[in-house]
Amino acid sequence: MAAEMLSYIERKSPIHDLSGVTKLIIFLMWSTAAMLTYDTRVLLFLLVMSITVFIISKISIRDIAFVLIFILSFLLLNNIAIYIFSPQEGVKIYGTSHVLFEIAGRYNVTLEQLFYQLNITLKYFVVIPAALLFIVTTHPSEFAASLNRIGINYKIAFSVSLALRYIPDIQRDFRTIAQSQQARGIDLSGNEKLLKRAKNATSIIMPLILSSLDRIEVISNALELRGFGKNKKRTWYSAKQLKRADYITVLMGGIILIVSLVITFHDGSRFYNPFN
Amino acid sequence: MGKISIKTIVAIGIGAAVFVILARFVALPTGIPNTTIQTAYAFLALMAVVFGPIAGGLIGFIGHTLTDATAYGSVWWSWVFVSLFIGFFIGLVANKINIDSGILGAKQIITFNIIQAIVQAIGWGLLAPALDVLIYAEPANKVFVQGAVAGISNIITVGVIGTILLIAYAKTRSQSNSLSKE
Repeated sequence: MAAEMLSYIERKSPIHDLSGVTKLIIFLMWSTAAMLTYDTRVLLFLLVMSITVFIISKISIRDIAFVLIFILSFLLLNNIAIYIFSPQEGVKIYGTSHVLFEIAGRYNVTLEQLFYQLNITLKYFVVIPAALLFIVTTHPSEFAASLNRIGINYKIAFSVSLALRYIPDIQRDFRTIAQSQQARGIDLSGNEKLLKRAKNATSIIMPLILSSLDRIEVISNALELRGFGKNKKRTWYSAKQLKRADYITVLMGGIILIVSLVITFHDGSRFYNPFN
Repeated sequence: MGKISIKTIVAIGIGAAVFVILARFVALPTGIPNTTIQTAYAFLALMAVVFGPIAGGLIGFIGHTLTDATAYGSVWWSWVFVSLFIGFFIGLVANKINIDSGILGAKQIITFNIIQAIVQAIGWGLLAPALDVLIYAEPANKVFVQGAVAGISNIITVGVIGTILLIAYAKTRSQSNSLSKE
């Protein structure tokens, strides 16, 4: 039950000083670039950039170690799964086959397959520092303001900020309910059979849902009393002014995105092929 | 967008928060690697039925994005999009079921389950794998197997736990035909 959640980490760094809008735009551009490209050169460049920015942000590896371990084990499993399901995917994509050694049947190890899986792993690695940084350096309420700033309806932005605001509260509720139900003898651990466990889980979910529905009632009444949603616009307490650093960062991000797309697609294929 | 009521907005926010908690803490391992019984989707189905398609879609989208972001530090957009899809389309039958009337008979339960099964089969079985291939160029057979496993386990989860939640929720509403003239 002690699973940790990633959340805002207060530090003094140039990254923290950037406005939430800037970081959101950069994050979106970064994920787009990493999503579209399969070009190893572009991916490596993006990876080096990500790591550099990560160092500037003064967030230490220890702060996020638990997430990293999680991601690394996911990537490992994912790579194994890809190999088991499709050991010839690389050969199919790159069109050549340099066999290193045979295992059995269609399972051999080719340079192409290794290269392909390296690229998939790189793709994930490129996004991870950017996404992690975005989460740990942007204050939740500033995040809502930035969503509104990039053109998302403020009501939706507000519900995102509500969600972020209430996750800790609901987590606390959940712990209380789970512990009191366990005190009454309801077992959620692996000792119980699956079907029984599913049934026991509902005895925790139901009170959680009903108390949350009450919360919805209370909050929407409070908002209604304060006239929420009457005007077309609203101001945000925690919005930051855009500074020169913000403009420069967005401009640089835009250039990187365009250049990486041009390099990726100029030869008509997403894949960089070193084999011919 | 002007038509969304305050209650829907709050329901989206709180719903997304509950979705995150359920997805993180109440996922039961099935014994098959990487496959868990996601109670969060049963909850998503209930919220979609109670608050309608817009709330359902956005709870799925925001909830799944925040779950991915807080757990892995990065977001798998292909699967997040499927959560949006499922929440939205289950929400479309909300009017048909009209759960706030407090009446939930066999007919409504069957409607709900047929819809959720169809929507999830399309979502996990076709949409998620197709987007995975498109975005990440993962091998097609791998992602289709993953999608199928996730789809089947989620359809069963929503079918069993979701239905239990719907019945329990309906019981808390006063029935619209509970008054009689004397």
